[in-house]
Amino acid sequence: MTPLFITHYTLASALGHGKAATLSALQEERSGLCANDFADAPLDTFIGRVAGVEEIALPRALADFDCRNNRLAQLCLELDGFAAAVAVAREKHGARRIAVILGTSTSGILETERAYRRRDTDNGSLPADFHYAATQSMHSAAEFVRRYLNLGGPAFVISTACSSSAKVFASASRLIQSGLCDAAVVGGVDSLCSMTVYGFNALQLVSPQPCRPCDPERNGISIGEGAGFFLLEKFPLPNPLPLAGEGAMAGGDLINLALLGYGESSDAYHMSTPHPEGLGAALAMEQALGRAGLTPSEVDYINMHGTSSRSNDSAEDKGMLRVFGNATPCSSTKGATGHTLGAAGAVEAAIACLCLEHGLIPGTCNTQRIDPELGSAIQLQHSSRKLRRVMSNSFGFGGNNCSLIFGVQP
Amino acid sequence: MIDIYLAGIGLCAPGMLDWASGSTVLRGEMPISDEQPKPVATLLPPAERRRSSQATRFALQAGQEAITHAGISATQAAVVFASSDGDGENLHYILESLAQPEHEVSPTRFHNSVHNAAAGYWNIATGARTPANSIAAYDDSFVAGLLEAAVQAAAENIPVLLVAFDLPLPTPLHEVRPTAAPFAVALLLTTQPDNALAHLRISLEPGTAAGTVMSNPELECLRCGNPAARALPLLQAVAKGQAQHIVLGWGDNNLVIELNRE
Repeated sequence: MTPLFITHYTLASALGHGKAATLSALQEERSGLCANDFADAPLDTFIGRVAGVEEIALPRALADFDCRNNRLAQLCLELDGFAAAVAVAREKHGARRIAVILGTSTSGILETERAYRRRDTDNGSLPADFHYAATQSMHSAAEFVRRYLNLGGPAFVISTACSSSAKVFASASRLIQSGLCDAAVVGGVDSLCSMTVYGFNALQLVSPQPCRPCDPERNGISIGEGAGFFLLEKFPLPNPLPLAGEGAMAGGDLINLALLGYGESSDAYHMSTPHPEGLGAALAMEQALGRAGLTPSEVDYINMHGTSSRSNDSAEDKGMLRVFGNATPCSSTKGATGHTLGAAGAVEAAIACLCLEHGLIPGTCNTQRIDPELGSAIQLQHSSRKLRRVMSNSFGFGGNNCSLIFGVQP
Repeated sequence: MIDIYLAGIGLCAPGMLDWASGSTVLRGEMPISDEQPKPVATLLPPAERRRSSQATRFALQAGQEAITHAGISATQAAVVFASSDGDGENLHYILESLAQPEHEVSPTRFHNSVHNAAAGYWNIATGARTPANSIAAYDDSFVAGLLEAAVQAAAENIPVLLVAFDLPLPTPLHEVRPTAAPFAVALLLTTQPDNALAHLRISLEPGTAAGTVMSNPELECLRCGNPAARALPLLQAVAKGQAQHIVLGWGDNNLVIELNRE
């Protein structure tokens, strides 16, 4: 495929607000997980909570959209000058030519959970201040962001559980390639709510400790929240970035970040358990390599889905071994951020871009040792190295898989 | 601009139990009856059928019909499911459980709560490892799904099955998000002209022109009352076998379809 340039991006997670905070946390191998203090779901577990979401106030004209998910979206849009960069792109392309495609798995459901606790005792009605379309509706995230950024292109949400905000890159790439749009704001946002905490707990997938991806003692996920946004354009920025990392020539390489390939597949196996041999995962990785025109050895690092559930990490390892063998360095950053569910694709795509820009291979936070049953080159500690291409994996319920390859382009 | 062929249709709605009965209604040959569909979704294995919801069965029933109509194997096609509200019944049960002090959520209900549940069941039932998408755009969900499916079919040169479905939500959600009637529609889109029902030329234009409406008041009520039923003007043009200029409104944009018979 024709590379699609990432001209701006940002993220927010339990690691902090924006690129610099995330980068330093990854370099210090710091985890953002904390003992669960989320009042709506007081389960004995650890969560990845974004600081300051409660203090965000939405613009008055968008007041109906007020919910934790859209507050987190707004918090993130204002980081790293992202909203300002979109405003410049809007002048360049025109509002109607910029699509908004976002991933979320639960949108503003926290508002609905609270509304169900406040139903009318006589007739069971929901409270009058509950706004279904602007909060509970899946589309709320895309519509809020479209309005906040004053864009007028096609706007929709992709909701395929934990692969949601990875698949947005594939859809945007096709849409821009078709000529129907010139640019796209893509990404994802998912926020803490009771449904995911108690739902994953009902499936016995929530760890009582901070999650430890790929550890032999791993016993489930830590639920997190997060957001990531990207501006995708056909042409690169006029001023490329200097490439960093050990092995990069000082002042030598100037780079642009780009989406090089994507792969989408289905397990066709089970609603909530991955294919045990990682067949669907392998298919997504192979297709991403095929679209990027790369051989496996040309990928320098894989950011795993790596949820810390026993079945995911094992299936993903088998899929990676099938496609890459055991030489490609890989790690999971979910011990640092928690599993941000429908935002995981976007949060980890942003981490992949940070890795490319700064020559960083992150470690696998919280993990004491690598499960001897896993054969891939899983990195416990971070390291510095010049990177040219990074893969990011995202797999979701329903057996829904997406692999992305990001790279530096001259 | 995208050029794509429509090769198969599936329908599951009151008075339009499948494409054969729906097309007679849309041609004006039969009045719309109040017969309610009872989708079985025979392609689901019995165990999965028990776990699946009414919304999933509507979606799979329509999808299965479109694939059969087009005469292709489901394992060849990518799928795009589009729904504004997904499976409201399942959501309602979970929200009621979460409002209780015990917070006990059924694990099956939780994994069925993902917006891509219908897509997951489709892949399990058909064995297709092809890409599967699940899209939401509130009242514009069909339009967004059509754009995604057409762009994917054209860009990747693979058949794409679009399934749009929405069902009335249970009370109290119905009071804040009314849906007139259940409606599921499936379109098989392909770049291959052989045996196609129609050629579609799709473009995005500024949303100034008025959208295409249904002249029959009952069908117009349905079109306005269910996001998936926004497909009706397109379905009627195919049923009548007429070349037609169809405008589907979508915020600041119109998705414009030039439909021609094959």
